[in-house]
Amino acid sequence: MAVELTINDIPVSVPEGTTILDAARTINIDIPTLCYLNLHEMKLNNHIASCRVCVVEVEGRRTLAPSCSTPVTPGMVVKTDTPRAIKARRTMVELLLSDHPKSCLTCSKNLDCDLQALASDLGVRNITYEGEESRFAIDKSSKAIVRDPNKCIRCRRCETMCNEVQTVGVYSAVGRGFETVVKTAFDLPQHKTSCTFCGQCLAVCPTGALTELDQVDKVWKALNDPERFVIAETAPAVRVALGEGFGLEPGAIVTGKMVAALKRLGFDRVFDTEFAADLTIVEEATELMDRLKKGGRLPILTSCCPAWVKFFEHQFPDLLDIPSTCKSPHEMFGVIAKKYYADLMGIDPQRITVVSVMPCVAKKYEAARPELGRDPKTPDVDIVITTRELARMIREAGIHFGALPDEDFDQPLGESTGAAVIFGTTGGVIEAALRTAYEWITGRPLARIEFEEFRGMEGIKEAVIDMAGRDFRVAVTHGLGNARKILEKIQAGDSEYDAIEIMACPGGCIGGGGQPYHHGNMEILKARAAAIYREDRNKTLRKSHENPAVRTLYEKYLGEPYGEKAHMLLHTHYIERRKI
Amino acid sequence: MSQSEPGQMTQQAEIPDGGVNRQFALLDEFVASLPYKKENLIAILHRAQEIFGSLPEEVQMHIAYLLDIPAAKVYGVVSFYSFFTMKARGRHVVNVCTGTACFVRGAAKIQLEVEKQLGIKTGETTEDGLFTLESLRCVGACGLAPVLVIDGKVYGKVEVGQVKEILGEYREK
Ligand code: SF4
Ligand code: SF4
Ligand code: SF4
Ligand code: FES
Repeated sequence: MAVELTINDIPVSVPEGTTILDAARTINIDIPTLCYLNLHEMKLNNHIASCRVCVVEVEGRRTLAPSCSTPVTPGMVVKTDTPRAIKARRTMVELLLSDHPKSCLTCSKNLDCDLQALASDLGVRNITYEGEESRFAIDKSSKAIVRDPNKCIRCRRCETMCNEVQTVGVYSAVGRGFETVVKTAFDLPQHKTSCTFCGQCLAVCPTGALTELDQVDKVWKALNDPERFVIAETAPAVRVALGEGFGLEPGAIVTGKMVAALKRLGFDRVFDTEFAADLTIVEEATELMDRLKKGGRLPILTSCCPAWVKFFEHQFPDLLDIPSTCKSPHEMFGVIAKKYYADLMGIDPQRITVVSVMPCVAKKYEAARPELGRDPKTPDVDIVITTRELARMIREAGIHFGALPDEDFDQPLGESTGAAVIFGTTGGVIEAALRTAYEWITGRPLARIEFEEFRGMEGIKEAVIDMAGRDFRVAVTHGLGNARKILEKIQAGDSEYDAIEIMACPGGCIGGGGQPYHHGNMEILKARAAAIYREDRNKTLRKSHENPAVRTLYEKYLGEPYGEKAHMLLHTHYIERRKI
Repeated sequence: MSQSEPGQMTQQAEIPDGGVNRQFALLDEFVASLPYKKENLIAILHRAQEIFGSLPEEVQMHIAYLLDIPAAKVYGVVSFYSFFTMKARGRHVVNVCTGTACFVRGAAKIQLEVEKQLGIKTGETTEDGLFTLESLRCVGACGLAPVLVIDGKVYGKVEVGQVKEILGEYREK
């Protein structure tokens, strides 16, 4: 049923149950918001109405109404721009700022902070009340996330994201009234919780209360040390998002400029994680065939997302034998760089620093996992920086990104196929794996190499593929809440799947916790995904097993796929953890 | 090296003695008797506080485990309601009223004297578990200010010199 009302004297008709905020948006009136966040695609709806920044006047009501949580009623007369409403909003922001640290200039969210933008939009010029600014210790315990509760505005977006979308439940509002803060259980350091380090909480935090652990300085140090041979590797999802950091439209493909920028920053070699993604597919497809042949346990689950790995270690420690044992692509890359490439070039592996540029916060944590390296002092990957951190390095160096020429990756570890590109979006890993597995299992070339059924933002996607007369059941999920549903099915014994791809971040890595902030605009994620598929179509080779550099690597160095040497270098094991 | 891995399953927290074991068993029994568990978090916390006297971290963790809910959620609820407490209180709870009337009549000095006599700060419990010192806002006995309340018994017009003697009565009990 439609509801008729007027907003700022303009008649509007919207479906019953619509909020004033959404009704206003249909006639291009933007009411400012702060705590509110509604991401339909991720099924995230944070509407606790705590900040009251979105208040409007409703005729006949004495008090102002929060538009984000007040549904429209027939004949309602709403005014969004009265002096009273505007003043109230400004006062709310002033109050929030009264005990907020005034350290914008040195905050990593500077110029990317919703609170700051709001203060500017509302013309806050002085803060009348002065409260205490730093009452809480900053949690830097983990290798991935920094938590500064002093900058928390209690919007609880992180809690909704972590509890409802990811179903990990790390955070809770603690205390009462003005004393409330969002904290971990018993204020435990983040690394002692079940946190997966997916970084989705910091992707939606409007302030600098949650940020990634900044490792830019470590990279500069390595680059400026003449003893170090510094190698960059870049994940697929970075090249379709980095441009946003320089004002290019979402979905711009900037692969060539990104390579040029990295070379100017002083990296000795610029390689592609996609090379290792092709390698991952060859290993994983062989592992799958091995399980099929030997009657091993199915379904096989992908293991290239470290947040997903940590999730199942904590939440499903009884299922540790079903995920693939393949390391994630950037970890495979690290080993190959320090063994194969070091041999090839005659460089002492101890001199090599591998820097992964990732859309991901969890990979910072992953790189520090003790089993992923020769010994704790020689990890496979030395430093991980996010897309955002790379953008910052480029700015720090004064490089005019838009004006850079396109340059090519170095070889041989810069070679990749279209199958590797699509790792960057949900459904891509399975699609890539099928392009290879299908040909190997059936012995025939694949007629239709694009698997539309695994594309798009649907939370759980399924399809049955006929392979040499056997029905092969495949599922794709993204977002850990969706993953949980599938794993519970497996636990209960009513899953008939053969293979499942799981990514922690909604949308896959294009929506990773380390990507340029989307500020609630899901169209940005869709544009990045579309760009990934464009980049795939631009490639001549689109199946991982056709990657010539990967073939050479097996011939000259690794031997058989899934063989002894491959096992030693490219596979890992998982650890039972507790749920907290 | 691998011991430093976050959240890794090593051995479960050891339960020190038979007494504590019995307390956990009582709690398990109570939870098992409930047809709905997650829905009854508050009732479970009440029962647990009766059994243990307070809700320390291990007890909250255990409840999170029994109910299969995040510990953060349990902690959030415990911190929200003032009748839940995470720290064990002593056998006797001493309160100094710090309402306006008492304050004007020297409650601060009384508070300091109690702290000195017990060797703890307000909010703490003595090592022998005998006394917990807290502060109250106006008990409505302003005519008797300054006021000291022990286990609900009100002592009025208290002078610094009397504190030792009053506390002494409770040391014996
Ligand atoms: S990083 Fe992911 S798992 Fe960890 S607290 Fe944030 S949303 Fe939860
Ligand atoms: S940490 Fe960030 S997202 Fe979470 S409640 Fe605080 S301000 Fe909101
Ligand atoms: S989905 Fe991608 S970006 Fe997100 S945690 Fe997993 S690997 Fe990282
Ligand atoms: S945005 Fe509506 S109350 Fe915060």
